[in-house]
Amino acid sequence: MPASASHDDPERARRFREAALPYLDDVYTLARYLLRNPTDAEDAVQECYLRALKHFDGYRGPAMKPWLFAILRNVCHAEYARRATTAAPSIEDLPETAEQTPLWREQQDTPETEILRERDAATIRRLVEALVEPFKETFILREINNLSYREIADTVGAPVGTVMSRLARARAMLRAAWTAEEEQPQ
Amino acid sequence: MTCEEAEILLHALIDGELDAGHAREVETHVAACPRCAAALTAYRQMSRAVAGAGLRYTAPPALRQRIEAALPQPRVTSRRDLLKGFAMGSAVSALAATGLVAVVLRGDDEQRILSDVVSAHLRSLQAGHLTDVVSTDQHTVKPWFNGRLDVAPPVIDLTAQGFTLVGGRLDYVDARAIGAVVYRRRQHVINLFVSQTATTERQPARIETIQGFNIRRWSDRGLNYWAVSDIGADELAEFGDKFETASRANREG
Repeated sequence: MPASASHDDPERARRFREAALPYLDDVYTLARYLLRNPTDAEDAVQECYLRALKHFDGYRGPAMKPWLFAILRNVCHAEYARRATTAAPSIEDLPETAEQTPLWREQQDTPETEILRERDAATIRRLVEALVEPFKETFILREINNLSYREIADTVGAPVGTVMSRLARARAMLRAAWTAEEEQPQ
Repeated sequence: MTCEEAEILLHALIDGELDAGHAREVETHVAACPRCAAALTAYRQMSRAVAGAGLRYTAPPALRQRIEAALPQPRVTSRRDLLKGFAMGSAVSALAATGLVAVVLRGDDEQRILSDVVSAHLRSLQAGHLTDVVSTDQHTVKPWFNGRLDVAPPVIDLTAQGFTLVGGRLDYVDARAIGAVVYRRRQHVINLFVSQTATTERQPARIETIQGFNIRRWSDRGLNYWAVSDIGADELAEFGDKFETASRANREG
């Protein structure tokens, strides 16, 4: 492998293209869920790839997908900071207590025999989008982007234990919303 | 194990993240605890429903083009250059000269790539992302790969032979972009993965079985093929034979 490549080196561009472009749909998907707006998502993804190309020479891992996702998160956080006066709370603005309430307390009422009814895709998407951060992000990375716990930890810069408790909570919230949704008249 | 511990760990069980010892502990707890058993069932159903809901987005083509345009453009490598490289007698020099995606298979690498293509096959079934381009027309599917891969996967309609072309997809095997041509046989999906090989030597087909999936693997004219499906080995062999026959006919006709 040629190591001393300039920024305009086609060989380097080719390696970057091969390594990073296959994840374009994954990165775009995450951006859509983080920013909730197709135009902002497109801008964030483009910025993410430009930054990734710029830092590609120094890239030694983690795996490409978590690396791109981590860059995308930084871009999205910058976007949140820009919108700060109006927008929904950013991933980092969450009250500390949200992660500290014991999980099992929320589920006292769950019937033992409950079976989830089938929901259509649009409903599922709406319920997932309604999850709050950082639980939504963890859920998306696991269920939609198919990352392992280790890769999620690398992406969000949190310990694996935190990833596990966030995911448990995300699913508990979704399950509760799913059940509540069923009780509404059709 | 307490319910509080199980509440967290049963997710790791669903996600296949637990080692065997912990998996057994969770299963033992769940077997004796109706509430955690109900939770495990509900979460499994939920994960399946979410996976089947097609929640992934596809990047708009314009975005892909904007990003492509921002990258330094690669040199154009013609088939002639590739052959010239081989004529020089060294596959390595040809690879260095053209920067091809080389899949040089060695024992354990080959095993890893086989399990990679099975994973890619499974992903394509689970994630609601079977095809990037949906078409039964080979003249639509084939050009779709242009610019997305540095190989041109042969796309051959085998509908008349009982294997329906349903589309194409960009996938990822052995940490590289790879083309997947998707066929259906009754209710079964066949993913045909195509990538460049380091040699142009023809390698006859072999059938392997991993995790209950059959894989028919062969090489021809500088391309590696892996056909993966849950159909029987005999039917998959039939698929491969028909594909190779049609491929030869296309070249000669």
